Amino acid sequence: MTRAVLSAVPTSRPSVESTFTFSEPHLAARGLACRRGTQLLFEKVDLALRPGELVWLRGRNGRGKTSLLRLVAGISTPEAGEVLLDGTPIAASDERSRRVVYLGHQHALKDDLTSAEALEFLLRIHGRPSDRASVLAALEHWGMLAHANAWVRRLSQGQRRRVALARLVGETHASLWLLDEPFDALDTDGVQRLNALLLQHLQRGGSVLLTGHQATLAPALPARELDLDDCAAA
Amino acid sequence: MSGQRLRFFTFAAPSRFYSLSGSLLPWLWAAAALLAAVGLYIGFFVAPTDAQQGESYRIIFIHVPAAWMSMIVYLAMAAWAAIGWIFNARMASMLARALAPSGMVFTLIALATGSFWGKPAWGTWWVWDARLTSELILLFLYVGYIALVEAIDDVRRADHAGALLAIVGAVNVPVIYFSVRWWNTLHQGATITMSAAPKMQSTMLVAMLLLTFAFWAYAFAVVFVRARAIVLEREHDAEWVRGLALATRKST
Amino acid sequence: MSATASPSLFGALFVRDLRLALRRRTEALLPIGFFVVAVALFPLGVGPEPQTLRQIAPGVIWVCALLAAMLSVSQLYSSDHADGTLEQLLMTGGSTTLIAAARAAAHWTLTGLPLVVAAPLFGLLFDLSATALRVLALTLLLGTPVLSLLGSLGAALTLGLRSASVLVILIVLPLSIPVLIFGSGAVAAVDAGQAAGPHLSLLGALLIVTALGVPPATAAALRISTE
Repeated sequence: MTRAVLSAVPTSRPSVESTFTFSEPHLAARGLACRRGTQLLFEKVDLALRPGELVWLRGRNGRGKTSLLRLVAGISTPEAGEVLLDGTPIAASDERSRRVVYLGHQHALKDDLTSAEALEFLLRIHGRPSDRASVLAALEHWGMLAHANAWVRRLSQGQRRRVALARLVGETHASLWLLDEPFDALDTDGVQRLNALLLQHLQRGGSVLLTGHQATLAPALPARELDLDDCAAA
Repeated sequence: MSGQRLRFFTFAAPSRFYSLSGSLLPWLWAAAALLAAVGLYIGFFVAPTDAQQGESYRIIFIHVPAAWMSMIVYLAMAAWAAIGWIFNARMASMLARALAPSGMVFTLIALATGSFWGKPAWGTWWVWDARLTSELILLFLYVGYIALVEAIDDVRRADHAGALLAIVGAVNVPVIYFSVRWWNTLHQGATITMSAAPKMQSTMLVAMLLLTFAFWAYAFAVVFVRARAIVLEREHDAEWVRGLALATRKST
Repeated sequence: MSATASPSLFGALFVRDLRLALRRRTEALLPIGFFVVAVALFPLGVGPEPQTLRQIAPGVIWVCALLAAMLSVSQLYSSDHADGTLEQLLMTGGSTTLIAAARAAAHWTLTGLPLVVAAPLFGLLFDLSATALRVLALTLLLGTPVLSLLGSLGAALTLGLRSASVLVILIVLPLSIPVLIFGSGAVAAVDAGQAAGPHLSLLGALLIVTALGVPPATAAALRISTE
């Protein structure tokens, strides 16, 4: 069974300046194994997210990128291994909601709510500021202010993605972002905005674990890769 | 699985269960056959005719053991499923799955024989007495469990969901039984019950016990056979199963 | 930024469910529609004789209420499961039990409560006396929350399955039989001139036990179904 190898900073990217502090990992995962049906998708996966780090999860379709993300978020239980958030198992951690932002591949926006209402609900249940002003400011950051009172049902996929990503705007401290295909359906403008948000987040000491396509990650972002194709169970 | 921490779990490995059950099976079948033969002989030929019900009462020698077994198997199923869920023990979950169809069969037998008993006594094929109705509801509980575990593709999820349902059902059984008895007395006034069983003479008691043990042995045997099939199916990737398959292929 | 306070999570979820239902008013009223049609079928099937109708009324109304409550319950979690909201709810760190309780409460408010109001009206169609109607409303008030709770447990167990709606009914109906018996029994007792007290106390006890025991079980079922 092959071990996961966290590659060093890829040579295709500029070397990282020490603007980013590499200290104790926020989140450490050891020996993760994931099962789908009766087969093991991957096993013995190790992962660490340190402040200021971005890890980009790669792998072909069906390799288990979303499954790994869900394991790291603590939504699913791994077949083997553990995920520790500041030393506590993540599923039992009180800090999880405060420290971790998980954006799944689906937007979690209800069709029958307006974008403002949908965003407000998501912010509220995660204990983030959900007053009207914050919600509108977040939408405005993504150019969706005009659609604040539009039904989610009427928005295009790209617009829904923007509303879903608006949750990231209000994050002011160094949390962990777990993003599943965040660039999906975004146009060039959206991609730029997301890259800017990611950079900002990393600079204040946050960390990111995301899945996505190569072309869309800004070159300036220091990304380490984790390739699940190398971790496939035999 | 974590090592042999507890001796109790030594036979929890599917391979161990497979070999153990394999060696026990012939004895179980033999015991079932023997006990059934003797029990039925005593019940149908030796036990005296009942003063009130004549010969037709003899069906209770099958009805009562079947009803008892249907209840015991449900509790066993719930217990094994719970163990499988709480301790993540695969073998326990497999046993629970194997128990369900047998439990359902016993319930059906109890209902059918209850019907046959009722016909000469009451003139109808079905009587809504408390115990028969509870038995019917038990059938629904079995059907619900089997339907749920069969509908879920993911084996682990199916096992655990079934465990939760079985536990909820087991907790509910006393409530259901109590409410059905209440309902029965409420609406019928004079109770129409099957509890008009003849006073138990010793021969009748002996026959009843023998047949109960026969049902036990039969239940063990059938459940083992089914569980072995489930083990082979689920562990088909394991070394020992492949070895078994190869050995079988070589010998044929 | 602290982890979401419990009442806040319950409140947010409850309000959201009501809001969503109000946006789809027709769909929200479907169970009531079903109830009305089903209840009306019985006189048509059984014959219009007042004596017979009065006798079967408690049972008929209760059974139809039971089925109506079960109809909408299988969709309780399916929409949230499909669009990823359930994942987000599980991520909040809030008690899953509370989430389960909030959904069951919303379901009852949207399905059970209207039944409590509507059913006695239909009791009139069956010529039930005023006392009987009052007791009927009371039994439904106590019993429909139990149905919503049991239904939400079934919905959580059958999350995402193809034949979830039928499966939920199959699983939950046997468990709802005690409620049915005590509920219709109370009305029948009053009709026969006896006290409904014992039945109502039993219903009350069932409600308390279910309200305390089923949300944790539903939470466990949600965890099982989303892993």
